[in-house]
Amino acid sequence: MSEFGDVILRTEGLTKHYGGVHALENADFQLRTGEHVAIVGDNGAGKSTLVRMVSGVEQPTSGKIFFDNAEVSFANPIEAKEAGIETVFQDLALADDLDVPSNIYLGRELRYFNLGPFSILNEKRMFKKSIEVLEKTGIKIPDLKNAIGNMSGGQRQCVAISRSASFVSKLIIMDEPTAALGVQETTQVENIIRGLKRNGVPLILISHNLRQVFNLVDTIWVFRRGKVVGAVDAAKSDGNEIVSLITGVKSNVHENASYI
Amino acid sequence: MANTTEAEAMAGAKKRKRPHEVNVFFALVGIALVFELFGWFVQGQSFILNTQRLSIMILQVSVVGIIAVGVTQVIITGGIDLSSGSIVGATAMIAMSFAQIGTYPRAVYPELTDLPVIVPLAVGLGVGLIAGLINGTLIAYTKIPPFIATLGMMVTARGLAKWYTKGQPVSFPTDSFAAIGVGMRPVLIFLAVALLFQLILRYTKYGKHTYAIGSNEEAARVSGINVERHLILVYTIAGILAALAGMVVAARGLTAQAGMGVMYELDAIAMAVIGGTSLSGGRGSIVGTTLGMLVFGVIISGFTFLRLDAYYQEMIKGVIIVAAVVADVYRQRKRRMEA
Repeated sequence: MSEFGDVILRTEGLTKHYGGVHALENADFQLRTGEHVAIVGDNGAGKSTLVRMVSGVEQPTSGKIFFDNAEVSFANPIEAKEAGIETVFQDLALADDLDVPSNIYLGRELRYFNLGPFSILNEKRMFKKSIEVLEKTGIKIPDLKNAIGNMSGGQRQCVAISRSASFVSKLIIMDEPTAALGVQETTQVENIIRGLKRNGVPLILISHNLRQVFNLVDTIWVFRRGKVVGAVDAAKSDGNEIVSLITGVKSNVHENASYI
Repeated sequence: MANTTEAEAMAGAKKRKRPHEVNVFFALVGIALVFELFGWFVQGQSFILNTQRLSIMILQVSVVGIIAVGVTQVIITGGIDLSSGSIVGATAMIAMSFAQIGTYPRAVYPELTDLPVIVPLAVGLGVGLIAGLINGTLIAYTKIPPFIATLGMMVTARGLAKWYTKGQPVSFPTDSFAAIGVGMRPVLIFLAVALLFQLILRYTKYGKHTYAIGSNEEAARVSGINVERHLILVYTIAGILAALAGMVVAARGLTAQAGMGVMYELDAIAMAVIGGTSLSGGRGSIVGTTLGMLVFGVIISGFTFLRLDAYYQEMIKGVIIVAAVVADVYRQRKRRMEA
């Protein structure tokens, strides 16, 4: 498929065991520049485990991760961020008592001048930039100076996503970004994802919502019981095929799937 | 479904809440007025319009107020510092031993007398710095609860204060050291410290990260904040401020005793909590703590004014501390239910 560029992320035999539990077994996964992929599968299929290793939250038991033409092993999420991978975690990484600009710029605050920890923050600029960031993603929040803990789940999720979307350089990962949202807010999040697609930012989306997955992504990876059971071109597949892969009615598509 | 989103949108449009400091201010005014009424009807004199009473009151609370500025920051990170009172004791003893006059025959270091004031000041602040550094390092790297780490420091520092001169008080400071505590200077020192840290908490990266860690430590960590280093810094600042308070107490009393500062840590925590600093972290301010300090002072001074027995005062202090924490827990629950 020529519409995508080089492989940006590839895993080779990626495995994670928690004691006796084999959360992920020999996963070979890949993603090309400009490509949006979804990972689907039942609970405990290993979806979150894969992205937690790619984003540096956990370290693999064995196997390799190649990112941007080099083998990487992230010791923590900060190293992954520095490499250009932004992640929207399922449990939002937001500080409830801080306002919107403070959350968007948490850990990368803009300052007037550098005095180490006592650097004076450029709140005006962070406020202005936050408005731009939120406008770009089409999100309306009435009062940016309000503590984020006082906002609805949808607004919080949108802030978390805009934050990742505005800093992402090479890859963005979203773990069930719309699981707790209403219809309108889900549409907003989906629009942000379409915007990322237009800008050529690769995405890994974990979702249980097959309609959403078919609407948004190019390739659907199906995981079952800790193993990759298929990678399917979303344009040439349908819900039935995915469901039969998820449930295990159909297997071994991996070799003949249109994508591979 | 339309209903839910509408409700959510309305919840989002909800106005920002009135800052908690405003409530504390009204409480302060209310409590002062209650004592004023008692004054008219029971004592036959005004409670508020008595500059002598007011200045004694402010002087009394200012020393603990200096500690409370540091403790507030610790509590905002979601921690606690129980060692401040003992650091006051240890610092008072050690700093004073470097501030004695040469004409006093039983100085702790007879060959080190009449030193310039900078020496005892530096030594004293150094004691606080080391104690705070130990607190912070223990909490950040061994992951033991702040309650336990600082409890250990509380006992250890008190032991150090007693061991230092085998329980003997240290007296006869130089005029320049005694000058630290003269007149209303403790109040000025408190004001300078409070203003400095109010600005730092509000406008610097240090402040932002302090609130972020108390609000959601995991979020702070994945956002790239070096949580461990930051906690060490916060506890070190608290230690230094406790040491500063220790020197003010010693200079004011012209003597240092190993038992100085007992229970100051609890008074400081009470001031912070009354002022709206949440024990679950993430919220609070120095302005709030200053108001909390005044509430605390007005209540104690008011009971003295009403000639209430000193033992009652202690019991009432305990009730105030618990009441402030109960109020905080209640606020938290209300907030969570609204969210």
